[in-house]
Amino acid sequence: MSDIADRVKKIVVEHLGVEEDKVVESASFIDDLGADSLDTVELVMAFEEEFGIEIPDDAAETIQTVGDAVTFIKGAV
Amino acid sequence: MFDLTGKTALVTGASGGIGGAIAEALHTAGATVALSGTREGPLRELADRLGERAHVVPANLSEPEAAAGLIKDAAGAMGSVDILVNNAGITRDNLFMRMSDEEWAQVLEVNLTSVFRLSRAALRGMMKARWGRIVNITSVVGSTGNPGQGNYAAAKAGLVGMSKSLAYEVASRGITVNCVAPGFIETAMTDKLTDEQKGKILGQIPAGRMGSPAEIAAAVLYLASPEAGYVTGATLHVNGGMAMV
Repeated sequence: MSDIADRVKKIVVEHLGVEEDKVVESASFIDDLGADSLDTVELVMAFEEEFGIEIPDDAAETIQTVGDAVTFIKGAV
Repeated sequence: MFDLTGKTALVTGASGGIGGAIAEALHTAGATVALSGTREGPLRELADRLGERAHVVPANLSEPEAAAGLIKDAAGAMGSVDILVNNAGITRDNLFMRMSDEEWAQVLEVNLTSVFRLSRAALRGMMKARWGRIVNITSVVGSTGNPGQGNYAAAKAGLVGMSKSLAYEVASRGITVNCVAPGFIETAMTDKLTDEQKGKILGQIPAGRMGSPAEIAAAVLYLASPEAGYVTGATLHVNGGMAMV
């Protein structure tokens, strides 16, 4: 379980170029981590690839925070 | 200059005069090319003539599912699609008052909607690569209008607005989106014109001649090249001065 959270964190750090300690569960990609809307699309693409899942557009819209992503992915893998 | 070695390019409508010339120019510059069109025979001939680094990926873009499948086929054959040249197009000319819903819809589907679908499908790989080139072939009539081509002109003008919007969105990812707008070019389509029609057309062209497919291909090659990385959302008019817009 924590493995998924770690992998999500790693992707976010790499993709957005932010400090690791800022990538907490409650952090919003856009409001707290400086992502723009295209970054969020790319993050979803990266999650899909990393975990071998498909994240439909309506689900992608609900993924606003790091915690949202971890929760969704846990349910999908 | 304009070295595309190691790059992969998908050209739609490659069985036609302009598309074939574009594919050849990109291939000569070192790119691996995927040739698409509805007629496999001419595509195969062109691929044989080009030799190595040429793949044939037939598709009928009037079918909604064809676009995503084509990008998948091209990426499968070449490993990626770094450069997408949307050249495929059809005409269904008719006077506006006589134009059927079907004539309108067919032209919009192939000339505009399929470009949207192809571009959307190709962007994923380009975003990841942080490099990409989309070149849409429009037409002088998208800027000037043309009697009997309400559908065609609408689709071509639509491509310009679509290209600019997409150019905004992906510029920060190293992806450019541009248009090349040919004027009158010597192709099978213009061969069918009568001498009188040709004379009238030439009278409107300051250069006094029709363009060649190679002259369109040169414009595409430039926009596809690394050297054109700072050009995006632009339309390059190649029309002998016929419309200076």
